[in-house]
Amino acid sequence: MSEVFESLFWILIFPGFLFTAVFGLAASWIVRKVSALVQWRVGPPLYQPFVDVMKLLGKEILIPENAQLSIFVGAPIVGLAGVLLLSTMLWRITIEPTRPFVGDIIVAIYLMVLPSLALILGSSASASPHAAVGTSREMKLVMSYELPLVLAFVVVIIKTAALTGQGQQLSLAAISRHTPVLSISGMLAFLVTLLCVQAKLGFVPFDIAESETEVAGGVMMEYSGALLALWKIIQAMMLVALPLFLVMVFLGGFGTVGWSLVGGIGKYVLVLVLLILIKNTNPRVRIDQAMKFFWVYCGITLVVAVIFAAAGNYYGISWL
Amino acid sequence: MNWKIWSLKKSPWVFHVNAGACNNCDIEIVDLLTPKFDVERFGVKLVGSPRHADALLVTGVGTRQAAKRVQEAYRQTPKPCVVFAIGACACGTGIFNSGYHVVGPIDKIIKEIDPNAIIAYVPGCPPKPEAMISGIVKALSAL
Repeated sequence: MSEVFESLFWILIFPGFLFTAVFGLAASWIVRKVSALVQWRVGPPLYQPFVDVMKLLGKEILIPENAQLSIFVGAPIVGLAGVLLLSTMLWRITIEPTRPFVGDIIVAIYLMVLPSLALILGSSASASPHAAVGTSREMKLVMSYELPLVLAFVVVIIKTAALTGQGQQLSLAAISRHTPVLSISGMLAFLVTLLCVQAKLGFVPFDIAESETEVAGGVMMEYSGALLALWKIIQAMMLVALPLFLVMVFLGGFGTVGWSLVGGIGKYVLVLVLLILIKNTNPRVRIDQAMKFFWVYCGITLVVAVIFAAAGNYYGISWL
Repeated sequence: MNWKIWSLKKSPWVFHVNAGACNNCDIEIVDLLTPKFDVERFGVKLVGSPRHADALLVTGVGTRQAAKRVQEAYRQTPKPCVVFAIGACACGTGIFNSGYHVVGPIDKIIKEIDPNAIIAYVPGCPPKPEAMISGIVKALSAL
């Protein structure tokens, strides 16, 4: 019985829902504040994202007349479940690296797609033409960035498999003890994954699905009130989970005590600031440009990176 | 104070509706978001869909074609919400009064579908951004 309560505590309070949501909303304040500073503005106060969510929870929920009600309402809950599991899993691996489970890399990749899939489901259930445009763009975007993302993990797995001892299981905890970014192939994979994370978060060069000036909010268009608040919380939690994932996979993980904790926070902030700077210095691209970018340029870069990693592995050159 | 009203005051998201304006008021609204005025300090954000909005910034005289769309945008806005009539035309049809195409002003159009709507008026041709900020502050403190 106590194990059940412990798991519930893990999922709902400490590294799970409450902690990640608060952390994520604070991170989304950092995004807005740094964007404002880049544009020479003052920017919103610290409590702004929290007040936004609070306000949305208190507002009326409008459901479109022709919407498929169950999917429209269920989609944000599915998305929240996905990101909640992902963040709990990543924090748990960080805090207790001695308890890995088989195939956690695959599970992480799978859970990372779930919020986007939920967004596609929810917006296509809303029966709005603008949301339909947004949905088709989101689908194409998911198809374009998944290929480079998986290729980048192949690089990481090739790099770290050699360093993991015989009979030891290759898990996220094992990967997070190494820093693949300190090699040519790892660096290439890190840069491409950073751009994929940018697209997953829906940040500016790849905010095609949500573009407010073009398709009026696109995928989010028909959501209002508490359902929109759920999407905002999901986005905030993704803002924790995805940079944390990058830190674990490429930058050598997040410590829990002393200097390694400070270093982990530093790495997280570094990734976050890189994402914000890319966001603020680029215009929105078209969907065909995004697909070409991910499949052709990122794809070729990663094929080169995979070859480098395999060659480095074969000849025992660690910097390749 | 009610937490719903308090949080609404701290984060009013606005949606911009053009009901036949000459674009002058619209330019002044965009001025609000520039570094000089930066209304994001007060949590004001321009959103793309009326379903995300807490306030409608309506500019223009309210033409026959636009009136139905303004009413529809008002219906699609989750309540509680505030309507701002921005500019002389929106407040009282201005120089277009008794034009063949005019059914406004905006308060008349909105009150046809919701007699209890909260409407704030910011006159001027165009109103200065300072005037709009003052109007927003007055309307929100009246909630």
